[in-house]
This record gives sequence, C-alpha cells and structure tokens, in this order.
Amino acid sequence: MEESAVVRPPSLKEERQEADSKTIFGFWVYIMTDCVLFASLFATYAVLHNNTVGGPGGKELFSLHYALTATLLLLTSSFTCGLAILAARARDKDKVLFWLGVTFLMGFGFLGLELHEFHSLAVSGNSWRRNGFLSAFFTLVGTHGLHITSGLIWMGTMMIRVAGSGLGRINVRRLTLLSLFWHFLDIVWIFIFTIVYLMGGAGV
Amino acid sequence: MNSFASLLGKLDIHALPHDKITQGGAASLVLGMVAVVVLLTYFKRWKWLYREWLTTVDPKKIGIMYIVVALLMLLRGGADALMMRAQQATSVGAAHGVLSSDTFQQVFSAHGTIMIFFVGMGLMFGLFNLIVPLQIGSRDVAFPVLNATSFWLYAAGMALVNLSLVVGEFSAAGWLAYPPLSELRYSPGVGVDYWIWSLQIAGIGSLMSGINFFVTIVKMRCKGMDLMKMPLFCWSVLTTSVMIMFAFPILTVTLTLLALDRTLGMHFFTAGAGGNAMMYVNLIWAWGHPEVYILVLPAFGVYSEIVATFSRKSLFGYKSMVGALAAIAILSFTVWLHHFFTMGAGADVNAFFGIMTMLIAVPTGVKIFNWLFTMYQGRIHFASPMIWFMGFVFLFTLGGVAGVMMAVPPIDFQVHNSLFLVAHFHTMIISGVIFGYLAGITYWFPKFFGFKLNERLGKYAAWCWIVGFILAFGPLYILGLMGATRRLDHYSAAMGWQQLFIVAGIGVLIIGLGVFFQLLQFGVSIWQRKARLDYAPDPWRGRTLEWATPSPVPVYNFAKLPEVSGRDAFWAMKQTKQAAADKDFMDIRLPKNTPAGLLVAGFAFAAGFGIIWHIWALLVIGGLGVLSSIIIRSTAERTEYTIPAKQVEQIETEARARESYA
Amino acid sequence: MAAALLATIIHYLFTANIPVLQPAGVIGQKEKHLMILAILLCLIVVLPVFTMTIFIAWKYRESNHKAKYNPERDHSRLFETVWWAIPFIIIGILSVVAWRSSHDLDPFKALAAPGVKPLNIQVVSLDWKWLFIYPDQHVASVNRVEFPVNTPINFELTSDSVMNSFWVPALGGQIYTMPGMSTQLHLMSDRLGSYNGSSANISGNGFAGMTFTAVSATGENFGRWIKTAKNSSKSLDTVAYQALAEPSHDNQVSYYSSPQPGLFENVVMKYMMPEMSGSLPPSHMMDGMPGMAGM
Repeated sequence: MEESAVVRPPSLKEERQEADSKTIFGFWVYIMTDCVLFASLFATYAVLHNNTVGGPGGKELFSLHYALTATLLLLTSSFTCGLAILAARARDKDKVLFWLGVTFLMGFGFLGLELHEFHSLAVSGNSWRRNGFLSAFFTLVGTHGLHITSGLIWMGTMMIRVAGSGLGRINVRRLTLLSLFWHFLDIVWIFIFTIVYLMGGAGV
Repeated sequence: MNSFASLLGKLDIHALPHDKITQGGAASLVLGMVAVVVLLTYFKRWKWLYREWLTTVDPKKIGIMYIVVALLMLLRGGADALMMRAQQATSVGAAHGVLSSDTFQQVFSAHGTIMIFFVGMGLMFGLFNLIVPLQIGSRDVAFPVLNATSFWLYAAGMALVNLSLVVGEFSAAGWLAYPPLSELRYSPGVGVDYWIWSLQIAGIGSLMSGINFFVTIVKMRCKGMDLMKMPLFCWSVLTTSVMIMFAFPILTVTLTLLALDRTLGMHFFTAGAGGNAMMYVNLIWAWGHPEVYILVLPAFGVYSEIVATFSRKSLFGYKSMVGALAAIAILSFTVWLHHFFTMGAGADVNAFFGIMTMLIAVPTGVKIFNWLFTMYQGRIHFASPMIWFMGFVFLFTLGGVAGVMMAVPPIDFQVHNSLFLVAHFHTMIISGVIFGYLAGITYWFPKFFGFKLNERLGKYAAWCWIVGFILAFGPLYILGLMGATRRLDHYSAAMGWQQLFIVAGIGVLIIGLGVFFQLLQFGVSIWQRKARLDYAPDPWRGRTLEWATPSPVPVYNFAKLPEVSGRDAFWAMKQTKQAAADKDFMDIRLPKNTPAGLLVAGFAFAAGFGIIWHIWALLVIGGLGVLSSIIIRSTAERTEYTIPAKQVEQIETEARARESYA
Repeated sequence: MAAALLATIIHYLFTANIPVLQPAGVIGQKEKHLMILAILLCLIVVLPVFTMTIFIAWKYRESNHKAKYNPERDHSRLFETVWWAIPFIIIGILSVVAWRSSHDLDPFKALAAPGVKPLNIQVVSLDWKWLFIYPDQHVASVNRVEFPVNTPINFELTSDSVMNSFWVPALGGQIYTMPGMSTQLHLMSDRLGSYNGSSANISGNGFAGMTFTAVSATGENFGRWIKTAKNSSKSLDTVAYQALAEPSHDNQVSYYSSPQPGLFENVVMKYMMPEMSGSLPPSHMMDGMPGMAGM
C-alpha cells in the first residue's frame, strides 16, 4: 500500500476564497440566530399585545402614516445599500462612499423617526412602564432600532475604512456582510410593520 | 462626597458579606486569588501567562482553560452541595441547621447555576476545542478569535457569579429565577441581577461557540471526510451546535426581558400591570430543555469514542447513532412544557407534550443498545473510562425510567418539584454529562500532555462517584414520594425524613471522596510526570484522527493535513501500516495571538457589574470598551504568522525521536 | 450483602409513611396505579438491557480469550429494527395511557359522588401561609383545611404573592397558584385521617414553614369543626385580610368567621387593575378597588 497521499497545499488564492466562504457562511448562520431572537420577541409581543390593563392599545396609539414613512425610508435605504455593493463589486470607491452615505442618512432618518415616536409616547403617559403591551412594543421595536444603530456604527466605520484604504478583498467582504445585515433588518422591519402597526392599528 | 457616593450606584459597605458561611466562602475565594497572584509574581510568570494563555487563539489551549475553570467550579458547586446536605440532615424540628434561610436559598440557586452553566458547559466547550479540530483533520476552528472571545466571556460570567460571594449577594430564586419571585418587588437586592448578567455574558459566548463549531465542522473537514465518515463525537458536536444556535437566542431574550422589568420598570412578567409570569416559564424552558440535551449529547459522543476504542471494535450502528442524535436534537425542542404540567395548561396540551417527551426515550434507548453491541464480540479493556461508562449505563437507564414516569402528566402531578424530580435530573446529569466528560478527560489527557493519568486512582474515583451517587440520590427518590419538596431548609421531625437525609449526606461525602481521589490523581500524575512521560501518540490504541498526531500535539496539529477514505480513519491507517510523513513539509500559517477576546470580556464584565449596582458610568465605559475593542481588532492587518517548513520538519523529527526513545 | 441491602430497602418502603404510595384519596390511588403501570412497561426494556450489559461486559472482557472476537461486526438491520420498534411500541402504549389519564385526572375536572354535594373551598397562598375560605359555610382558616371523607372537593386557587403550588401528596397531585389567575383542583378523600400539605414551589425565605394540615373527617366532625371556626372572634374583613397578607413565617393554625363575600374574587381581580404597578406590597392594593368602598 502506498504511503499517505501527499495533499497538495492550497494556493494563497484558494485559501483566501475558502476563508471568505467560511466567513460569509458563518455570518448567514449568525443571521439565523438573530431570527430566533426576533421570533422570541414577536412571540412575547403576541402574548402581551392585548395586556393594556384598560389603557390605550395599538389602535389608539400608532400613527400608520408615521410608520409608513419610516418603512419607505428603510426600504429605500436597502435599495441604496444594494447600489453601494454593486459599486463595490465594480471597485468604484467614490460611488461606494456616496451610496453608503445616502444609506446612512436614510437609516439615521429612520432612527430619528422612531425615537420621536418613542418620545411622544413616553411623554403622553404611554411609556414602557405602563403595562405589558407597551413593554413588549418598546422592546420589540427598540431591539430592531438597536440593531439599526449597530448597523449605522458599522457603516460609518466602513466608510472611514474604505475612504482610507480602498476596496481591497477584506473591505469588500465586510461590505457584503454589512449589506446582508442591513437587508435582514429590513425584512424584520416588514414583519414589525405588518404585525405591530398594521394589525395593531386595525385593532387586531 | 455625596456625588461620589451616588457615582457608586447602589454599592456601599453593606455589600460585603455579613454571615459566617458567606464570609468564609468569600475569604477562601479572595485568599485563593491572592495565592495565585503571589505565585505568579514569585515565579516571574506574568509575561508567560499573558503570552501563552491570556492571548492565545489555539483551541487546544483554550480547551484546557475551559476544563481547568470548569473543574474549579465543580469544587465550588460541590461545596454548595455539601452545605445543602448538611443543612437538610440537621435542620429538623427545633434545630435550624447550619445555614440561615437566606443563605440556604442563595446556596441552592448558586449550586444549580454554577453546575449547569459553568461546569457542564465549560467541560463541554473544553472538549469541543480540544478534540473537534483534531478529529476532523483540521488545524484550527473556523473563527479563532471569536473562539477565544467565547472563552473569556464564559470566564467573565464565572467571575461575576463568584464576585457575588464577596460583594453583594446571589439570587435566592433558584437556578431559573421564576417571576414574580425574581421581580424587583420580591427580590429587591442585587442577587437576581448578578444571576441575569453572569448568564447573559456567558450565554453570548456559548452562542458564538455554537456558530463557530457548526461552521468548523461543515467547512473544515479534511479531504475525504464526508459527514458520514466523521467520528461520532463530531456528529454529537454538530447536532449540539445546531441546538445551541436555536436555543440560546431564546435565553438572551428571556434574560433581557427580566432585566428590563427589574431595571427599567417594564411589565413582561410582573404580577399585575399586564405582566404574564407564565410567559417567562414558557420562554425559559423553551431554552432550558434543549439546554440539558445540549449538555448530554456530546457526552454521548464521548461514550461512543470510548466504547469503540476500549472494545477494540468499530462503533455499532453508526447510521442509526447519527439518526438518533438528530432525532434527539429535533425532539428536544418539542417537549418544554413537561417542566410545568402542573401550571394548568389543560389535558390536551399536557398530554401532547407528555407524549413528545416519551418519544425522546426511544432514540436515547437506541444509543444504549448500540453501545452494548459495540462491546458484543469485542475485546473489552476496563480502563477507568469504561468504568465511568458502565456506571452511566445502569444509572442513566434507571433515571430514564423515572423520566418516562414523569412524562405521564398525572404521575408528574404527584412528583413535580419534589425530591423525586431532583433525583431524576441529577441522575441524568451526573451519570450522563459528568461521568461522560470526566471519562473524556481521562481518555484524552495523554494526547495533550504526553502521559496518562494514574489509572488506579482514577478507578477509585469512578467507584466512589458511582457508589456515592447511589447513596446520595437513591434516598431522594423515596423522599419525593414521601412528600418532600425541593429547596426545603427545614422540616418537622414528624415527617420521618431525617434518616434518609442522613444517608444522602453520607453519599455526598463519598462523592467528595471521589473528587478527592481525582485531585490526588492529577497531583500524583503531574508530580510523577517525568517518570510517566512516554510521549506515546496512541496510548489507548485509538481509532480516530486525533491519535495520529504526536503527544503533546504540536501547535499546528498535523504537519500535513490528512486525507481519509472511511470511518475510523486512524484505525485504517494503522491497518495499512501507513507511515507518518517525514518529507515534503510545507510552511504553515496560523493565526497570531491577540488580547481582543480578553479585552471584550473584561469590558463586558465591567458593564455587567455596572448594571447590577446601577453604576451607570461603569456601564457606559464597559459598553464603549466592548465596541472599541471590536473595532480596533477589525483594523488589525497582520493577523497570521508562518511556521517555516524547516521548523515543522524539526518539530516532527523530534517528536518521532521522543516516541521511540520512550 | 447486596441482598441484605435490598431487603432493608424493601422493608423500609413498606413500613415508612410514603403518602404517594399509600394514598388516601381517589385521585392519588389512580396516580399510583399509573406509576406502577409505567414502571412495569419500562421494565420490559430495562431488564433485558441490564442483563445484557452484565453478560456482555463479563463475557467479552479482554482476559476471556475464549470469547469470539469479531471487530468488523458493526451493523445489523435486524437488531436496529428490533430496538427502534419495541421501545416505540411501548411508548405507543404509554402514550395512549398518558392521553386517557391526562383527561381523566385533569385537575380541572370535577369529581362526582352519587348523592353527595361537593364542597367548595377557595385557597389563597400568601407569604408564607395558606388561607382556606369556605364560601358556603362562611368561615376561613389558616394552615388547616378540613373536609368530610368521601366528598368531592372543588378547590379554587389563587395566590396573593408569588407562584406557589398546592400539594397534599396523600390525596393526589398538585396545582400551581398564581397571582391574578385562578386554577382548580378536584380531590376526594376515601380514608379518614390527618395529612400533610405543603407548597411545592419556592416562594421566598419563609417557604419551608409553609406547611398545612389536611384533615379528612366524618360528616359530624366536619360540622363540629365548622362550628368552632364560626365561633372565632376574628372576622375576615378587608382590614383583617390585609393584616394577614403581610409577610409572616411559621404561622399557627387560626380561624376566621364571616369572610368578606367575594374576597377570593377580589384577590384575583386586583392584579388586573391599573393601579397595580408592581411596586407596592399587596396589603395596599385593596384600597383603590371599586366596590370595596364602604365595606
């Protein structure tokens, strides 16, 4: 029997491709766990959304116009994020920075709208301390908002990085991961918009 | 002066322990740490510690650290157990035992929390790190820095739990902290907060490890190793990782919601204001049940390796065993309600979950049959790992019978939360998880240290654990049927329970003797190591790839990544007398050490302490610290180093020379 | 030596007081029979497993050179079929048993005894004692619940503190008590006697002292007990209840006459009132209650 087969060591290119595929796969897997996290928050909201203890519910408190504006902002920002990635594939640094900047501004705007809604609820006596329904609402929407904030911090860091060191392999890979994250948050928002605002606003 | 005091949040001098027992515990902890610092300074080992251990990204070292911390925590949890037994054996009638009610309640809460999260999970992740890369023929895990961070987060959680002994108090609400008892109104102190944040921090580390090992096994197996050719231990790690990924986010959410109730005045689980405590019970067990299977499945994997090796036979029914692991993993998410049949969900719901629970017994039983038939027509060598296994077969089966009984809801109505339940789950965890991981440590020790542990002491330890366990928990089954609930710090003499509690106390002392033999075993083996050192790469005549490396394993694992064609790859190599590679070495690139993991965990620890004591500045600093550490780490450019081929050759040649010399 | 040990254990099991195995109630009897059935069914698998384990470990130990050594034998379709199928069938049988018994022994299911009127008892778990309200007899007691033998009891339970669990092992299984919710338990004693009860869910540091006595008496003696309780000088009005609800340890048995009508319902309902912010102790909650004014 011959001696153990000599395994040809992978070339640098192969090694890098493998590393990239591992990282992107790992990030998808992380997103899956984040899905479970949001699912638990949705389940909690479902159980508690009628526990208003006599106070106002979604029907009275939510402004559908407001939520729609926020949704349009976020959805558009997903689109501009996609444009940024296309530019990254094309190694066009200026376009990347431009579209990332637009995405950032829209995301920031979304966050602003959300914080404004939270603020007006809180000062009108409908803070998270009032009842189970509001606790669940603030936590579900707030967790999404925290994720958006993390995304914005990441985006800002990437913009600085790209401006400084350009669109090398690692930066493009990281931008890919960021865009995956951003699109994921968009999808979660669709669920929030539907279940919390549309259904809540209709008094379901 | 006032503003300084307010900067410290709720922290003040009263946070130091005020009863003798807690003071004793705190003092021994502090003295222990001081002793470590003194020794490190005296032997001038700080730089070595930092370079070799605190900043390492080598899974072999990380695995050793996990196991060392876990075994230390076993001592702490065991001390809690001794105190509980002492209390329950003596606190009868007019006597009130050795502990106050308050202390007793913290002791049992700490006991459960430490044993599950810091002993069980620690031993498990330790073995994952040590064994998985070797068994799949790889050099490393998928994300080495994430891996180190996981360990340090685990250590940070452990540190918080232990800090509660010195500063503040621990939770008195049991290891799962049901509301409303765990809400601010009924637990106004910092105990429950310590519980929440130590678990939250450690839990994030666990989730990250689940992702890490899942990707490692899916993406980094060596050439020729299809999934159905992997050692069964790796299958158990794979299924466990999937379970971790689905279960731990639920824990993260649940702990957060309880924290929000306590810290921001929310109403998820409060009694009143629209809170729903039953929701907590559902959520925590939706995580909690998979968690116990997370703990035991890798132990089953260890048994599979041990039984095959010591029977000198390939594992019986490999496909069936893989199927059983997968079935258990999936079913474990469909049974959680059996932990609260008595909460009143109604007959239909109870019956459904009862039936699902009983179903899990089927694949578990299948595994036992397959192990037995691995032994059948084998040549069984009863080294100490096999003794642990034999103890497991008998005890786990009996505990399983108790489990099937309790899966029938009306039976559970009579034994829920009694000592019968306590006996059942200790049977499963001790004979399944603990025996399995202790056997695994004995089995794999020589691979990482180049010498075996003293076998005679190991056998004494195993027998003490087995006999001690029977005496410690046998009586508890009966006590449960006598109406004794769990967590009692006192009972009347008329109950007639004291005799059995005394027997149980003797049992725990015998287990303690077993632990003493294990400590002696480590001490003696290490003391005699120069004489014992044989560098044998394959001391047990193993079957899987980890035995194809030198002992101790060089940092790169394999000089040449192996290529396999069937199961039990190393056994096949031995049969075909494949010579070890001795030429054509290549440069090997490995990840560099980094303090990133240590920093993230250190800042997380600070943030946790800050939230617990309402020291908001500390929370902010900790949070920003975590964020900055991550961002700064991401700017690191040269994150790898190369071992030149010549050096690899040198290491391999030396290893070979050692083996033949010994 | 093992035989002597076994004999000791069996002797102990038959002489000691083990309420779950020596039930004094119809529910407890059925639950005990279920336990025996489950154990017997499991033994079908367990006994062969133990026998095989001992046999295989002994016969195939490496010092036994006469035993056949077959290192390649690592699968068998027949064996796999047998040991997947037989446990499956046993579990199948147990599943049917579980389904039927879950419905038959549902704590919410009322018991019937021909010609006997059920007794209603309302239970409130407090820190750290048990309050029993007899709405039809207009008495209340703390830490002692008495009832006539062979009479169905309709327990209605709630908690005015944390989650507890009402358990009298001699009579039958337990049920949780939770604030803001009411649960039910239906038991019937078939033997005169005095039985121990406790809380089976931890509720704080007075938990261990939260034991009570459940007495199954003749109809006559029960009537006498009710009279004693009626003669109590204390009446369980709002003020008295609030005082009782204050945390206390190791309470002695005590009696109240004329419990406030609707007291139990109010204890349940108050957790659904908006004023209950979760930060005040229970005794203060009764003040803001509609319908309680002027009582």
